Amino acid sequence: MSFLAFFSWLGDTDWSSGLHGSQYAYSIIESLHVWTLALFFGTVAMFDLRLLGLSMRNVPVSEVVDRLLPWTIAAFAIMVVTGSLLFFAIPLRSFQNIFFRTKMLLLIAAALNIWLFHARIYPGIATWDSAARPPRRVRLAGGISLALWTCIIICGRMIAYNWFDCDRQPQADIINFLTSCAGAASDLASLGGN
Amino acid sequence: MDLLAFFNWCYATPLAATIRESSWMFPVIEAVHLLGFGLTLGAVLMTELRLLGFGIDRQPLHKLAANAQPWLLGGITVMFASGIPLFISESMKAYYSFAFWVKMASLVMVLIYTFTLRRRITRTDSILDRPRLSRAMALMSLTLWFGVAWGGRWIGFS
Repeated sequence: MSFLAFFSWLGDTDWSSGLHGSQYAYSIIESLHVWTLALFFGTVAMFDLRLLGLSMRNVPVSEVVDRLLPWTIAAFAIMVVTGSLLFFAIPLRSFQNIFFRTKMLLLIAAALNIWLFHARIYPGIATWDSAARPPRRVRLAGGISLALWTCIIICGRMIAYNWFDCDRQPQADIINFLTSCAGAASDLASLGGN
Repeated sequence: MDLLAFFNWCYATPLAATIRESSWMFPVIEAVHLLGFGLTLGAVLMTELRLLGFGIDRQPLHKLAANAQPWLLGGITVMFASGIPLFISESMKAYYSFAFWVKMASLVMVLIYTFTLRRRITRTDSILDRPRLSRAMALMSLTLWFGVAWGGRWIGFS
C-alpha cells in the first residue's frame, strides 16, 4: 500500500473526518498548537541567543539549559501531539502539501542539529560555560537552530494555503512532482481509493 | 469619528487593498507576526518563570529583566509592525469578531501592565521576598498574553 493510498484511507475514517468537520475540536487543537509553538520558540530563541552571546551573557549556558530546557521539551511534546492530530484530520492533503513536506525535512535538519550539539559540542561545555561570547562552533549551532525553527514556523503557517494543491491545476511539472500530484489520481483509482 | 468609521477608513487604505489583493502577502506577514509573538513570549518568560519560582535563579531578577528587555521590545515592535498591516487588511471582519476584541482588551491590559507595574517590580529583587505576590503577578501577565494569542488565532476561525 502506497503512502497516498494509506493517507487517503486514513482520511476516510470516521475519526479523521469527524475531527476535520468538528465545530470546535479542530480549532482548539490548532490554537493549542500555536500557543505551545510560541512557548517553544520563545524558550528556544532565548537559549539560542545565549549561545550566540547576544543575551544573558553573564548567565552560565548550563544554567539556561537546566532552567529552560524542561519548558522547551514540554512544549515540543504538546506540539507533536497536537500537530499529529492536525495531520490526522486532513492526512492526504497535508501529505501532498509542499510546505508540509518542506517542514518535515527542516524538522529532520533541526533534529540533526540538536543531536550534533549534544553529542559533539555540549560535552566540552566546561571550557565555555561562562563565556560571554561562546566559541564559533557553539554560536554556529545557535544560529542554525534559530534559522531552522524560523523557517519551520513559516512553512507550518503556509500549510494552510492551497496555492500548490493538486486540485489547483495547471501547476509547473516540478511542483506536481514535489507534491506527488502527478499520477496521484490514477494511482489512487487503481487502488480503489479516492 | 466613531470606531466603525475608523475601521472602515483603515479597510479602504491603499495598503489594505494591496494586501487583500495579493495571495501571498497576508500569509507571509502573518508568519512574521507569529514569530514576533514567540520572541515576545520568550523574553517575557525569562522574568515570569523566575517570578513563578521556576526560572534562572543564579541571576538577580533585575538583571534578567534588563537582559530580556531589548528582545521584549524587539518582539513587540515586530508584532505591531506586522499586526497593523494584518489588521487594516481585514478591519471590517475584525470589527464584528468577538475574538478580536478579546485580543485587543488583553493586549491593552498586558501592555499597560508591562510598561508600568512590571517595569517597576523588575527593577529590584524585593518582590521575590513575597512569593505569593510575585507568582500572582507572573500568572496575570501570562494569562493576558495567553488571551492575546488565543484571541489572535481565533480571529482566523470566525
